[in-house]
Order: sequence, then structure tokens, then C-alpha cells
Amino acid sequence: MSIPTPPSSAPSTASQIVPPHPLREFWNSFSQNRGAIIGLVVVLFLIFMALFADVIAPHSPIEQYRDATLVPPMWQEGGSSKYILGTDPVGRDMLSRLIHGARLSLLIGLVSVSLSLSIGIVLGLIAGFARGYVEIFILRLMDVMLALPSLLLAVAVVAILGPGLTNTMYAIAVVMMPHYVRLTRAAVIGELSRDYVNASRIAGAGTLRLMFNCVLPNCAAPLIVQATLGFSAAILDAAALGFLGIGAQPPTPEWGSMLASALEFIQSAWWVVTFPGLAILLSVLAINLMGDGLRDALDPKLKR
Amino acid sequence: MFVFLLRRIGVVIPTFFGITLMVFSLIHLIPGNAVEALSGERGMDAERYARLMKEYGLDLPLYQQYFNYVGKVMQGDLGLSISTHESVMSEFLKLFPATLELSLCAMFFALLFGLPAGIMAALKRNTVLDYSVMGVSLTGYSMPIFWWALLLILFFSVTLGWTPVSGRLDILYNFPSVTGLMLIDSWLSGEEGAFKSALSHLILPTIALGTIPLAVIARMTRSAMLEVLREDYVRTARAKGLSRWRVIAVHALRNALIPVVTIVGLQVGSLLAGAILTETIFSWPGVGKWLVEAIHRRDYPVVQGGILLSATIIIVVNLVVDILYGIINPRIRHQS
Repeated sequence: MSIPTPPSSAPSTASQIVPPHPLREFWNSFSQNRGAIIGLVVVLFLIFMALFADVIAPHSPIEQYRDATLVPPMWQEGGSSKYILGTDPVGRDMLSRLIHGARLSLLIGLVSVSLSLSIGIVLGLIAGFARGYVEIFILRLMDVMLALPSLLLAVAVVAILGPGLTNTMYAIAVVMMPHYVRLTRAAVIGELSRDYVNASRIAGAGTLRLMFNCVLPNCAAPLIVQATLGFSAAILDAAALGFLGIGAQPPTPEWGSMLASALEFIQSAWWVVTFPGLAILLSVLAINLMGDGLRDALDPKLKR
Repeated sequence: MFVFLLRRIGVVIPTFFGITLMVFSLIHLIPGNAVEALSGERGMDAERYARLMKEYGLDLPLYQQYFNYVGKVMQGDLGLSISTHESVMSEFLKLFPATLELSLCAMFFALLFGLPAGIMAALKRNTVLDYSVMGVSLTGYSMPIFWWALLLILFFSVTLGWTPVSGRLDILYNFPSVTGLMLIDSWLSGEEGAFKSALSHLILPTIALGTIPLAVIARMTRSAMLEVLREDYVRTARAKGLSRWRVIAVHALRNALIPVVTIVGLQVGSLLAGAILTETIFSWPGVGKWLVEAIHRRDYPVVQGGILLSATIIIVVNLVVDILYGIINPRIRHQS
């Protein structure tokens, strides 16, 4: 990608036809994918809600209006415009909880992806550069982690750390790490044989400089794609842990734990069950759509 | 072939020991005291503490503890559950058939709908059918299955009243367990209505658990088919004048199925993980629900054993799939 294109053999035309800027090229390819654009719009909307949750949300997410428990959404009989999407069993406003839940979900995604991405990249770089026993050790360790399905591993980590929102993020970070390690290592090994790496090495670049300045930027595309998809997996797993009661604890307005606490009202109040799940589905779907678009635009090799 | 087998098994063994190491560390990593965690007792007197410590072998150096642990695991001894005082292994064996039955049905469901959907989408590329299959499968893939299960219950059990909400069988029926698989046992029992009851209890959990594999299989089948349909041998087969059906079924599909087989194998892990959620929602008496309850009860021997056994099953299934794959596809076998 950042490898300079060789000078064209036809100098007369080369001066007129300027190749588009890489970002421009990326955008052209990305914007052709309608699903990806829809995903992007939804994700931007989620980010907006998360950032301004305090301003947008009509009520506090944890305040209990004891005289208004299980009020249906406003368009249904008995609903009130005060609680647009109704209230939950203890009288908290659903809409406000959902909006604050967006903040939590994005936070979980952001923290766990950045954590696992940074550790994963470092381990992957080490494995790719060091080779030999170090590489085998790191890869075997990652194999062990990959042998367990993500939710089971997350459950194991939570069993060690104890339930809670922060521990959920750590657990998910641990679960996702092997993917980044393997991806980075594979990309590094591919890049290491390239001429530009040899050139920098001959020019006297140290190992750290080679790792982070030369090789890593050229491995970025698959990592960006994987990180995007990891974001949706993180939201989904966090919600699952919350639902099982070993993730975020009440009264935190986390979507999964909202669902769990609404279980017994499934027959009487459809809205307490429907909306949190819908929020999870839409966010995950949007991020996945965006991730697919990113993959096609950034990394034609990975295109399926 | 023999070398291939040895190499594959050679990769699996360190993984297994890695998992035993992880599970072994669990008891030392949890906050608090290992003796209390393993015995489930708190605030015991010094004498009893010392005795239990010796009994669990916690007074030995760590590496020796690990070797003892592995030795016991090899003999199938995973300790006793704190809450039931039963052997973890026998509890697992008692519950596993329920999870197995659910997982098999879910995989069957996923293949039954996923394969044809993927094939049709590939054949009718860029049509409404293709887009809807891909759209539905992406939605299925993004679906929080615990919520999906609730929606299914809400619609089919609560609103329509077609299926039961939870469990494996109506309490009316009582017959001896032969295989542990309720469908087969109820069929063998000959009790009127038992099989129907077992089946109706199975339907919703199957759909809930099978949705993600279904989505994955449909997507994978589609892309594998598209790839194969572009191959020269498919063009040749067509040029020979073979019927469209024969070209698709014999020449294209057989080759397209190779990557699908791998995906099906890899889904075993996600089925076991999904079983944790599905079983909890439908009160399905399987391994997943057992594990979650053990975490809530801080029943660490069960948590350790359950994770170890689930991981072992996944490793073994992946190994078998790998080997089968090598048998179907010699190209894999002869690769480095």
C-alpha cells in the first residue's frame, strides 16, 4: 500500500494521470457498498448518542419512577409521552436506559478492542520477528486460547476475575487477542521478505524501528478490518455475559443485563424484552456491515 | 498419511496440556483462598484448614500440584462438586447427552436450511433471492441468540401456544434413560405422545442454537459455490453438454462442500458456547446451564472440570475434522 509505485514507463502520460489519493481511493470503493454506508450511518448515530447521552436522554437511566412501573410505549394504550419507549419493571425510562446503554456498549467495544489489539500487535510482532522458540511458544499459547469458544473463555476469565463491567472488558480483550496475534504475525512474516524492509535494515534501522515504523503500517489493513469486526463481537459477548448475570451488574443500563432483568415480564410487557435486544442487533449488524465494506475496500485479498 | 496423522496429533497434545495448565491456574488465580474455593467452606478452624490443604495437595510446590492435577485428569478424576458432592465427571456425563442432542439437532437444522440457501444464492447471484439470503444470514450472524430465543418463546410459546417454554419433556412422562438422547429414548419407550413431547420441547432451542451456524454455513456455501462455478472444469462439464443439474450437483457442489466441511467442524465450538446461553434460557438440563450455575454458586471444581471437558471435546472434534479433511482433500495432506 505505502510501497511507492514504480515510475511509469510512459512519462508523457504519467504527468497528467495522477493516481487518486489512497484515502480517496478507499472512500470511492467503500461508498459503492450500500450496506457499508448504512452501517456507517448507524454507527455514527450510535457514537452521537453515546457522546451526548446525558443531553439526549429524557430521564436518568437509573432513576426509578415508582408510580410508573411497566408503562407501555407511548403509541400503545396506556402509554405516555413522558416515557416514549415505556418503562421497565421498576419504573426506569427504557429510552434513557437504551441511550446510556449505547455509551456502555461502545465503551466496552472500544476498551476491549484497543486493549487486545495493542497487546496482540506487540505479541504478533515479537512472534514474527523473533521466530524460533519464542514464536512457537506464543503461537501455542494462542492456540490454547483459540481452542475455547469465545464465550466459554470469557466465562472462564470472569470466573477468575469475578463479575462486573470492567472484568467483562478484560475478559473480552483476552478472548479476542489470539486473532490479532496471528494476523499480525502472518502479515509481518509476509512483509519481512520485502525489499523495503531489507533496505531499511541496511540503512541501519533498529528492530523496534523496523517493527513499528516500517512493517506495522503495512500490516494495518487486515488489523483494521479484524478490529472492526471485533468491535461487534465484543458488544455481543458483553451482552451475553450481562445476560448470564456475570457481566455488568444492575442497575448499570447494559443492554444484555437489561434483557436478563426483564425475563420474567416476557409475557406481560413485550417492550422490556424487545427493545434492548433490538438495540444489540442493530448495533452489531451495523458494525458488521461496515466491517464488510472496510474489508472489501482496504484489503482486496480478503474479499470473499 | 501416517505422517500427516502424527503431525496433527502432535499439535493437539500441547494444546490439551495448555488447557489443563489454564484450568489448573484458575483455582490459584481467583481472589481468595484455594482451600476455601475448593471446599466451599469459609471461616474454618486452623486444624481443618491444614487437613484440607493436605487433602487437596495444596501444600506441595506448584509444579507438583500441576503434575498431580494432570495425573488425576488422565484418570478421569476431576474432583467433587461443592454443591452436590458428586463427581464432576459423572455429572458431566449425565448432562452431556442433553447438550449433544441439542447441538446435533441445531447442526442438522443449520445444514438443512443453510446449504440449499447458500447454493440457491450462488446460482441466482445478484438477484433478489441472493440479496435476501445474504441479508438474512448477516442478520442471523449478528443476532444476540439469547434475545432471539426470547423472541421465539414470546411468539411461538406465549402468543401461539404451539411449543412449551422450557425443559426437555412433559413431566407426565417417565421412562428409563437408555441413550440419554430424549428423542431416541422417548421413541424406544413406546409411551404414547412421549416422542411428540420431546420433539416439541426441542424445536425452539434447536432454532435458537442453529441460527448462527445456519448463517455461517449459508454464507460459506454461497462463496464456495461461486468460486467453484468459475472453475474451468465446470465450464468443461457444461461444454460437454451435461445437464445443468448434473453440473451443479456432481461437478460443482462436491468441490464446494470441502470448505463447508471445515466450517461445520469449527462450528462445534460455537455450538457449545451457544449452548451456554440457549440452555440457560430454555432451562435445558445440559452442560452449558450447569456451567453457568456453577459460576453463580462459585462451585470451582465444576467450573474447572466443565471448561476442561468442553475444551477437550472441541479439540477432539476439530482434530477429527482436520483428519477427515485430509482424507477428503489430499492437497491438504501433502502441504507442509
